[in-house]
Amino acid sequence: MSGVLVIAEQRRGELRPVSLELLGAAQALGGLPVAVAVLAPNPARFVPALSVPGVAEVITVELAISEFDPDTFESAVGALIRARAPAVVLMAHSVDSFGYAAALAARHGYGFATDVFKVERTGGELIATRGGYGQKVNVEVDFPGRDTVILALRANVFKPPEGTAAPVVSAFEAPAVESRSLGREYIEPPGGDDVDMSTAEFILSIGRGIGEEAKVAQFRELAQALGATLGCSRPIADAGWLPKSRQVGQSGKTASACKLYVAMGVSGAIQHLAGMKHVATIVAVNTDAEASIFSVAKYGIVGDIFEIAEELRRHF
Amino acid sequence: MKILVAVKQVAALEEDFEFRADGRDVDGDFLVMDLNEWDDYSLEEAVKIKEACGGAVEIVAVSVGPPTVDEALRKCLAKGADRAVRIWDEAMRGSDSIAVARILAAAARAEAPDLLFAGVQSSDQAVAATGIATAGFLGWPHAAVVSQFTYTPGAATAVLRRELEGGLLHELEIRTPAVLTIQLGINTPRYASLRSIKQAAAKPIELRTLADLSLNAAEVGEAGSSARVRRMYVPDKGRAELIEGSAAEQAKRLAAIIRESTGAA
Ligand SMILES: Cc1cc2nc3c(=O)[nH]c(=O)nc-3n(C[C@H](O)[C@H](O)[C@H](O)COP(=O)(O)OP(=O)(O)OC[C@H]3O[C@@H](n4cnc5c(N)ncnc54)[C@H](O)[C@@H]3O)c2cc1C
Ligand SMILES: Nc1ncnc2c1ncn2[C@@H]1O[C@H](COP(=O)(O)O)[C@@H](O)[C@H]1O
Repeated sequence: MSGVLVIAEQRRGELRPVSLELLGAAQALGGLPVAVAVLAPNPARFVPALSVPGVAEVITVELAISEFDPDTFESAVGALIRARAPAVVLMAHSVDSFGYAAALAARHGYGFATDVFKVERTGGELIATRGGYGQKVNVEVDFPGRDTVILALRANVFKPPEGTAAPVVSAFEAPAVESRSLGREYIEPPGGDDVDMSTAEFILSIGRGIGEEAKVAQFRELAQALGATLGCSRPIADAGWLPKSRQVGQSGKTASACKLYVAMGVSGAIQHLAGMKHVATIVAVNTDAEASIFSVAKYGIVGDIFEIAEELRRHF
Repeated sequence: MKILVAVKQVAALEEDFEFRADGRDVDGDFLVMDLNEWDDYSLEEAVKIKEACGGAVEIVAVSVGPPTVDEALRKCLAKGADRAVRIWDEAMRGSDSIAVARILAAAARAEAPDLLFAGVQSSDQAVAATGIATAGFLGWPHAAVVSQFTYTPGAATAVLRRELEGGLLHELEIRTPAVLTIQLGINTPRYASLRSIKQAAAKPIELRTLADLSLNAAEVGEAGSSARVRRMYVPDKGRAELIEGSAAEQAKRLAAIIRESTGAA
């Protein structure tokens, strides 16, 4: 078909929102026909949600297991690629795709790029853009001589198509595979702390810039004085300086209700931004003027968080 | 039993940096090198397995890179690796994650470990692919973003938890030999003692070349990579309005922004 093959992602029976974003990105690829595959037990249940404008075909792939399994996905998606010979395969840059996309690309010699936030196709040539050196530069890559290119796209970047359509629906039979891992159970993230970050409207967030555990108290006190909920980046939670329930980001909480987010000593790694970049008013305080947190902030202070914190305290 | 720990020396940019003349990378003079943060955790995980079983485990740190990488490998020796292997050939320059994985897979075939650990991603390029691509070349079972790991040396399977979006965990049992990519926070990496740093300085770093691993030049470097860098550039700085002035002035403005956005008096 030499079109675009999109791999939709579901977890525990729910389509992940990034699936529709992938379909939005597919439309920017210069009019190549778009097919979207969904791999799950009873995959037909996902067809209505995937029937959006721009999708020519929904391919259902029946799996025996509902949870992600690397061998099963590698084998099924691999077979699908060989059967359809797409020019471009789009998947999410997600924990599931971390688990098999690179192995697939390696084994079959496909072109490959991850965490892509921009794709274009001009004159038949595919160009993908990703970040480099801690997101401080943009890196433009292409794939000379590759008939098939797998791109893992960053979430919350591409706009999902709106409306409904009536694509062709077809079933693809995945080859039998003996998996070498056995899924056991899901375990909910530890919660039960005093706060629910997803309902906080004003968050004061601290990152590794605070340097040592002894400094946490000062920011806890500041947050209280400001009427803010104290949040943090991952290293602070990993070190046990604040409970995991206060971690904002991809593997933590999303600041869903937040209107004002003050980030202190947070560099702005993609996984942190995933939980807060949508907030209307973001203020970043960082000594590094090039820190990527400034690329999502409305206001920036290039300066020392301790000095700013001390001065700020005088006003409340 | 043996655990191979793949480690990368990552690069951070100096405050003022320049691109190379061809515009396809940053000039090497402006890079500050360090051991990838994730690799600290995977090395510690290997050391924990060794300590738990009383020592019958050999830990081999392996890195693909030029002589400057020795510094990162010495750090691993100081933190508990038994051996350090550096793989290099000028032909390997410019290797992307897939090409590095091809090299690591060849090294793993030669070393025949029971487990291969890699970091989830590198802090500089954040590809999140090398470990799982290595598993692809080897044809070994694999799991990504492992935040908890239980393995008894000699056992045919290991039990692990993958950390998914939102912090949800997924537990599974996997056959060995396997490749695992290790996530931050799985343990608390130790600091190397002064004594172990001194001892590490005296230990040899084993060198392997293209020929040692029976690879050819077309399989590595840019030729063996899955993508080609066209150019690198500094992105638009975005929309942040910088608040200038002394700390006192900056804080005053921040206080006003807070009052305005929260509606507080
Ligand atoms: C699968 C996956 C999931 C992840 N999930 C999350 C997540 O949910 N949340 C999350 O946060 N991260 C997550 N991460 C980790 C993420 O990649 C980064 O490692 C992390 O966000 C970095 O935290 P940080 O900004 O606090 O630290 P750093 O990146 O170390 O940044 C510290 C910053 O502080 C600044 N600084 C230092 N001193 C001062 C000072 N005195 N004054 C002002 N500024 C100062 C520095 O300039 C620097 O910018 C995840 C990673 C992976 C691979
Ligand atoms: N040059 C290298 N040598 C050894 N291991 C590497 C190298 N590059 C990447 N890795 C491994 O792959 C992990 C993730 O890197 P990446 O997939 O490039 O983001 C690192 O934490 C290392 O374990």
